[in-house]
Amino acid sequence: MISFLSHLVNGLSLGSVYAIIALGYSMVYGIAKMLNFAHGDVIMVGGYISFCAALYWGMPPVISVLVAMVVCTVLGVVIERLAYKPLRAASSLAVLITAIGMSYFLQNMAQLIWGANPKSFPSVVSIPSISLFNGQLLISGETIVTVLANIIIMTALTLFTGKTKMGRAMRAVAEDKGAAELMGINVNATISLTFAIGSALAAIAGVLLCSAYPTLMPTTGSMPGIKAFTAAVFGGIGSIPGAFVGGILLGVIEILGKAYVSTELGDAFVFAVLIVVLLVKPTGLLGKKVHEKV
Amino acid sequence: MKKFFAAMLALAMLLSLCSFAAAEDAIIIGISGPLTGPYAMYGLGVVNGAQIAIDEINALGGLQFAMVDEDDEGDPEKAVNAYNTMLDQGAAVMVGTVTSGACAAVAAEAYNDRVFMLTPSASSPTVTEGRDNVFQVCFTDPGQGAASAQYIVDHNLATKVAVIYNNGQDYSTGIFQTFEAKAKELGLEIVSIKTFSSDDNADFSVQLADAKENGAELVFLPIYYTPASMVLQQAKNMDYAPIFFGVDGMDGILDIEGFDTTLAEGVYLLTAYSADAQDEKTQNFVAKYQEIYGGVPNQFAADAYDAVYALYEACNAAGVTAEMANQDEGFAEVCELLIPVMPTLTIEGITGTMTWNATGEVDKTPTAVVINNGVYTGVQ
Repeated sequence: MISFLSHLVNGLSLGSVYAIIALGYSMVYGIAKMLNFAHGDVIMVGGYISFCAALYWGMPPVISVLVAMVVCTVLGVVIERLAYKPLRAASSLAVLITAIGMSYFLQNMAQLIWGANPKSFPSVVSIPSISLFNGQLLISGETIVTVLANIIIMTALTLFTGKTKMGRAMRAVAEDKGAAELMGINVNATISLTFAIGSALAAIAGVLLCSAYPTLMPTTGSMPGIKAFTAAVFGGIGSIPGAFVGGILLGVIEILGKAYVSTELGDAFVFAVLIVVLLVKPTGLLGKKVHEKV
Repeated sequence: MKKFFAAMLALAMLLSLCSFAAAEDAIIIGISGPLTGPYAMYGLGVVNGAQIAIDEINALGGLQFAMVDEDDEGDPEKAVNAYNTMLDQGAAVMVGTVTSGACAAVAAEAYNDRVFMLTPSASSPTVTEGRDNVFQVCFTDPGQGAASAQYIVDHNLATKVAVIYNNGQDYSTGIFQTFEAKAKELGLEIVSIKTFSSDDNADFSVQLADAKENGAELVFLPIYYTPASMVLQQAKNMDYAPIFFGVDGMDGILDIEGFDTTLAEGVYLLTAYSADAQDEKTQNFVAKYQEIYGGVPNQFAADAYDAVYALYEACNAAGVTAEMANQDEGFAEVCELLIPVMPTLTIEGITGTMTWNATGEVDKTPTAVVINNGVYTGVQ
């Protein structure tokens, strides 16, 4: 029983990392209607910036996270401006391929700047772990912080898109770009803002991912990025609470699958979930069904 | 603008022609390995280590070497393409391929073409099996697995052991299989065997929980240092402190930037090379590497460095010259001359004293070290 509980806790800690990445994924998809496959690599950049800020420039952890957020926000906006904006009128496939290209570009750029050798990320979390059942069950400080961060970000995003003027503009753009433009909304600025927020979230996700799993390499973001995409689809892509629920469930499924079936099939479970969701409920757990009007 | 680009391209072509002309009086070594992607640190280590050895040898004034390198991303298909490209560029011998899977694919081609191969780092026996033209500088995987089991039993480190290995990798799987066979023979009880499938894998909580539950006193980690650093971190997070025992892939763990070396306190590893060794050769190599490329050279760099020196000695012993290598299809003649010479050589390198058998496997002795206060300490 204890071992089952400890697997659950491990699943929660893995899932909370997927969830926080998935939030950014889902947010950008929900508004701009494009899959930003470079999201995972922006996370990696966030990890490196925070690493440099803390280790080379001697900044305290919280400041290093803020620096990473600023750099990633600028990076996200620049990527959007250079790579995606010229393709606004192109087919979604062209944008998708550009995003994949951008992902490789960022990975190789990171290798040029920081080298191919892995770095070990010092955790930014200083909260001690919680010990239950006489130390048989440990919940790490990283897990607690990641879950809290998830809840705060989720609430903030929901309030932002629901209550503020910019948020309403985002929802309008999501629904119909053309009509939004006619209503006087600056579509390009709105999409840029979406990318800015998504990339700032990526920086936070990067720092928390690397705090929980401390190896930092140019490819660090790619696998978690793809799994978070799966989590976003699982929860209903475009839905903010869906990304959270999808991420947590996916982490738990992965760990339980590894624990009770086979450790080498961990990744297979994750992607099997993607296939099943697409077959059975393509809109995901909390996704809205959109009726196309003919 | 277009004209400018055209002029630049023409210039680039001209320059590339010049660089070939300069290499005319040198034997061209071809190296393909993963220079980008998740295994880039291995390929770059090999290329950099080899370059240092080539520069040193060229400075001696005798036989001259030049290098062409290609990125194969560790992929067998791309490695074969890279191999063909390098032959077109005039490569006469291969110091590669870096990774085992890719190396086996290239070795099959090179066997038919009669191109001599000395791989610094592809440690799987499938690389050399049945091919007289392929030699290894690194330990073979089976050797390391058996030696580890023997060491654990001889020194009474544990009676119950757990293994965590990467079954998506020839290296890790190969070591595990011989470790398991030897452990059985010696009566060492393996209480938990757990796998993972890629070095990108970040979560080892399930594998460690199983080892802990089954009461393993020692966890054998025949894996590279990147995943190993995660294992150590996560074991600490769950308050599990067995003895950890690694092989040569673990070397480098102390040099990960930002790594908390207290995590590796008391870790044993069997390795032939250590960057902290006090001998003059190693210190010279490490100093040069740090000066030119930055960072501490890993065992791949050290093996490549030794490979180039072994090749140098072999060429001298066999009377291979640059003119011979650079004639049309000269690689075949070079290959036939080098094959009989290799088993007669004894090379004192930074990864130990090496001799080769006719199959192409190297014989060198791994030594055990234990990490104390963040440095390797020799043990018997």
